[in-house]
Amino acid sequence: MTAASTPAVVREPDGGPVKSGPSRGVLARAAAGPKTAYLLYVAGKLGGAAVSLLAVLVTSFFLFRIIPGDPVKAMTRHRPVSPEQMAALRRQFGLDSPLWQQFTDYCGKALTGDLGVSYQFHAPVSQLIAERFPATLLLTGVAVVIYSALGLWLGTRSAWRHGQLGDKLNTGVALTLWSVPSFWLGLLLIIVFSVGMGPIPGLFPTGGMESGSETGFAHVLDVAHHMVLPVLTLVAVGYAQTLLVMRSSLLDEMGSDYLTTARAKGLRDALVRRKHAVPNALLPTVTMVFINLGHVAAGSILVESVFSWPGLGGLFYQAIPVPDLPLIQGLFVVFAGAMILMNLLADLLYPLLDPRVGR
Amino acid sequence: MHAVRGVDLTLAAGQKLGVAGESGCGKSTLALALLRLLPASAHLSGEILLDGEDVLTMKWGRLRAVRWAGASIVFQGAMHSLNAVHRIGDQIAEPLLIHGRATPAAARKRTAALLEQVGLPAARADAYPHELSGGQRQRVMIAMSLACDPHLIVADEPTTALDVMIQAQILRLIEQLVADQNISLLMISHDLAVLADTCDRLAVMYAGRVVEEGPAAAVHTAAHHPYAQALSAAFPRIGDPASRRAPRGLPGDPPDPARLPTGCTFHPRCPVALASCTQDDQPLREAAPHHHAACVHVSPAIPQGVSAP
Repeated sequence: MTAASTPAVVREPDGGPVKSGPSRGVLARAAAGPKTAYLLYVAGKLGGAAVSLLAVLVTSFFLFRIIPGDPVKAMTRHRPVSPEQMAALRRQFGLDSPLWQQFTDYCGKALTGDLGVSYQFHAPVSQLIAERFPATLLLTGVAVVIYSALGLWLGTRSAWRHGQLGDKLNTGVALTLWSVPSFWLGLLLIIVFSVGMGPIPGLFPTGGMESGSETGFAHVLDVAHHMVLPVLTLVAVGYAQTLLVMRSSLLDEMGSDYLTTARAKGLRDALVRRKHAVPNALLPTVTMVFINLGHVAAGSILVESVFSWPGLGGLFYQAIPVPDLPLIQGLFVVFAGAMILMNLLADLLYPLLDPRVGR
Repeated sequence: MHAVRGVDLTLAAGQKLGVAGESGCGKSTLALALLRLLPASAHLSGEILLDGEDVLTMKWGRLRAVRWAGASIVFQGAMHSLNAVHRIGDQIAEPLLIHGRATPAAARKRTAALLEQVGLPAARADAYPHELSGGQRQRVMIAMSLACDPHLIVADEPTTALDVMIQAQILRLIEQLVADQNISLLMISHDLAVLADTCDRLAVMYAGRVVEEGPAAAVHTAAHHPYAQALSAAFPRIGDPASRRAPRGLPGDPPDPARLPTGCTFHPRCPVALASCTQDDQPLREAAPHHHAACVHVSPAIPQGVSAP
């Protein structure tokens, strides 16, 4: 981290004497002008993201070597194999070379975009990930957008009328759903709405992403039909977090003087909320929404498994028991990379929302 | 709990009235009550007449129309009273647009004019509050308060957060602007000297009540109520070496509004309290023409009051 952030801090505007002491940073920033200051800010954030990504690469290699189990043994289970064949397999996977050499090989290839070949699927990891990624992006992307919007909206309403019945109901329901395990809720929804229960007929498919026969617009509708229950599960379990963060950050703003000013100006209550309170309260919540978006890549291992959704979460679930090291490492890098990317986007967006940051 | 009790103040058009008192005596509550800006839990009774219209019985729509257009407020602490995420130009133009006084283009022009009127370059309209100094922010607040040509401006401790040099500038600015446009000014401060300097009349509040009211100079230099005297003596006066060498404080704190003392609420801290003061509350009495004080020592029976001129 320090390696990346240093250049941004050390670089001073050309010329101009730089005073020492605590005011130095402020002077440098004021002298640099808003454009340069923003570029420095962006450079710092980009550097930070690059370093984080490198750290992830290193971690992903060593972290999964700790998992007990021998991939070669796991893959040859229930098959008559001679020790020579196992040794050959080890050599093929590169598991016979010393750890440090495996590590440098892995890093060198990863930097060129080659994440290795999956032990169990015998296909390049990057290809496997590329195949499964759209399904996850679709499912969790839609769910995150819905539950973030829902959380922001309900959180705003709750805070503005805090302590009243609506607020108590709102937060009560959200907290209850938050504490429900997602796989349990998913199974419940399948039993009630897919299998059908009492007067309720089986309205939705039990799993998968498509029926396979439709094309064109009918195909879109078919996928949407398959998405209803898993999205519902993810939204129900996920929206409480956004709601609570938005509620508490809006509550923090409620007593603020600038809201009294806005009221004194003759603004309607709804306008005071929308134009003055919410933009200020949104700042802490934005980070949260982007962290949620970062989770999109990882999807939800549990929900994808329950609904047999052909996404990355399911792939990860299949890779763990072997352990299919290249696949696990690759997925880990992609999951962490998505998180780093979303954090970077949040950082870059922040100055646009809060004029006090990065200018 | 009564934060403000039995306050009866009148302000003529173009007049400047100062309200003084310690923290917690109800000054700011009074200011917020004027435009019904207190929280919904606050209960107001009596009458607040603005141009003859009672603010307390107004419908919401009318109240919103009166807010800022009829009377505007310069709040203390412009740092927090301005919205940090909006440009100051937009914040100044906002009431113009809300009250339908101008089209967006006209509002921008008016904003530029207002900024120059308070001594800021028009280009600063694009700045955010954090990019301005404390004095500049207070100038923005003043420009904002003038936006809709109100009849009354309430200035709630407009200079308290500023250093002395800026304080003087801001006071001159307010004085000049209200004089130019014949706006009435209700200025609230704990600093009696500042008020006496700016205002025509002064009211001194203690524990939610007006205890002395009269011409500014008289209240400042020749107060009748012992609390007003203490307040005046707490600030060293220019040209009066005696007061500078010995600025007097007043021991004790203002009472908790939930547990007010019996009788005259000032008696526990009063240096000249009589035995009867613990039981009998004093109404405002005429101490001099147009000058009233609520003290037992101000009475026709005792013409030589404690410090009557």
